Amino acid sequence: MALMVVKFDLKKRVKLAQTVWFMYWFAVLAGILLLSLGLFFKIELRKRSELMDNNESHFLPNLLIIMGLIACGINAFGGKVCYDSLDPLKFVKWKTVLKPFLVFCVVFNALLLVTALFCFVMRIPLQFTLAEGLKNGMKYYKDSDTPGRCYMKRTLDLMQMEFRCCGNDNYRDWFEIQWVSNRYLDFSAKEVKDRIGSNVDGQYLMDGVPFSCCNPGSPRPCIQQQMTNNSAHYSYDHYTEELNVWKRGCRDALLSYYGGIMNTIGALVVLISVTVGLQYVQSSLSSLANPEDVESESEGFLLEKSVKETFTDIMTKMKTMGKGVKVEEGGEEGIATRE
Amino acid sequence: MPFMSVKFNLQKRVKLAQGLWMFYWLSVIVGISIFSLGIFFKIELRKRSEVMDNSESHLVPNLLILVGMLACGLNAFGGKMCHDALDPIKFSKMKPMLKPFMLLSCGFSMLLLLVALLCFLMQFSIYLTLAEGLKNTIRFYKDTDTPGRCFMKRTLDITQIEFRCCGNNNFRDWFEVQWISNRYLDMSNDVVKDRVLSNVEGKYLMDSVPFSCCNPGSPRPCIQHHLTNNSAHYDYDHRTEELNIWTRGCREAVFSYYSSIMTSIGVLIIITIILESMDVAGLKYLSTSLETMTDPENPECESEGWLLEKGFKETFADVLTKLKTLGRANQVQEGGDAPEVSPP
Repeated sequence: MALMVVKFDLKKRVKLAQTVWFMYWFAVLAGILLLSLGLFFKIELRKRSELMDNNESHFLPNLLIIMGLIACGINAFGGKVCYDSLDPLKFVKWKTVLKPFLVFCVVFNALLLVTALFCFVMRIPLQFTLAEGLKNGMKYYKDSDTPGRCYMKRTLDLMQMEFRCCGNDNYRDWFEIQWVSNRYLDFSAKEVKDRIGSNVDGQYLMDGVPFSCCNPGSPRPCIQQQMTNNSAHYSYDHYTEELNVWKRGCRDALLSYYGGIMNTIGALVVLISVTVGLQYVQSSLSSLANPEDVESESEGFLLEKSVKETFTDIMTKMKTMGKGVKVEEGGEEGIATRE
Repeated sequence: MPFMSVKFNLQKRVKLAQGLWMFYWLSVIVGISIFSLGIFFKIELRKRSEVMDNSESHLVPNLLILVGMLACGLNAFGGKMCHDALDPIKFSKMKPMLKPFMLLSCGFSMLLLLVALLCFLMQFSIYLTLAEGLKNTIRFYKDTDTPGRCFMKRTLDITQIEFRCCGNNNFRDWFEVQWISNRYLDMSNDVVKDRVLSNVEGKYLMDSVPFSCCNPGSPRPCIQHHLTNNSAHYDYDHRTEELNIWTRGCREAVFSYYSSIMTSIGVLIIITIILESMDVAGLKYLSTSLETMTDPENPECESEGWLLEKGFKETFADVLTKLKTLGRANQVQEGGDAPEVSPP
């Protein structure tokens, strides 16, 4: 007994074909949306690839772009088939292609769900890439004269101002590296020589942060230098001072930004696959409902037999395919021995 | 002799009606974009009203919002009229509304012209408001504890970072005001006392700028303090140093931003005026071609459409005589009133 049988006359067939055609074009728009989301994500990753050591994985945006293109293609094809379906002459051409097409659509829908899963899961490798990349970014902050790294300072400053963050975990990360280039240090000054002599690596470390860490919302002009020395500034206590520099670390800020993008894209992909999946149901109904005589009534169904029978059918088909291969091999051996 | 007359048959009339209907809906979309641009401009002015002393004029965005809504309504109505024009029953119903509608459209185009003119002229007012407002904002930068001014510092810092500018004309404007609040100055310190006494008004002036003036593209960490003192920093010459802080003044930067918004809105309004005139011309052609059908029962007949019933000069003379008779009618009425007063 067929699954979900519905009787159709001409009017109902026409309405069904129109609805499915409309939904196919809606699905093409969804495919275009997917494509543009992939492009947007790729551009965002490229913009800040310097901060991720230029080795961030572009797997997810590339996958989104490919899925978007395929979605556009197959849904446009489906729309064309729908458009031709009411004309018996044209429909005869498509009848043979229809079954594999629908199977392909179901497979594609499953792939979309896998993509959505990736969107939620790829956050974890991104976290590691960011942590590593930011640490190196801060190390190369002072190398504004080294080719390949001369824009690190600018990128890092702009990022700290835009995302309102300072350092990797917090502002104290800047105390542990030398972020002032040796070109701007007067090595004949006693203070400079003391600082360099005071640590093993010979680095000029200080308890100061770059200007991009400053919080414009602070009521007092920004204190960037000698931050842990209360007596260096009037009426200043670095334990209680909260508004002076940004408290958040840049890894957290960037991760929540990219995580937000990926969550949104993942949710949209799930929505698209559910919406698009619904109309495959309808299209399978319409494809099977078209008889040769236009005016007559006909029946449409989802599956020719019930779910259990269809499943056992598929299993037997796969088994016979396996046996068919074996028989072929046996036949070939027979030919080989004869010759 | 009619002005610019064109012969119409059924096909041409249908095509004209369809084309005009599409034009009207295009005009509705343009009206919606004018409306949204008006709202955008209003929001942009509100965002930075502190920098302009809260005294900026909201005339232009309010007018744009009004004009956008009017355009939507008028053009949607025009589109509906086009849609109904080809049906003879509906057309006879709407015939009396045609002439006032076309006059209203012409008046609306005049209003649009006025708004476009305002878009270009109000830029002067914004320039002056900005100059005054920025001067005051720099003066009140330090007053983060005074109610009503506590966010001046934050607004000005964010403006300088966003527009990549420093001070009003240039960074030296910061040398002339005290931008550090007295709350953070140690008045018992000799250096502070010297500085405060060194000028007439007792202000703590220094050759430094706030951190928001810093240029992130500078290869060296930002030098904010002792800007004019070469010996205070290693390998530094303030005369040749260009990348350290932003060299542009904020009045220039913010004004060029608003000026570009207003110029683009003005250009869009001029496009709208052209679109509106084409709509009115098309509607006139359609209505005259439908009215001059030789046989109203037969839709297939030919007809003629024109812009003006008589030539251009004759129509102008007609309008003048109408205005004169209007004036004379008033005078005759007054003469009629006067005799009524005397008998009782």
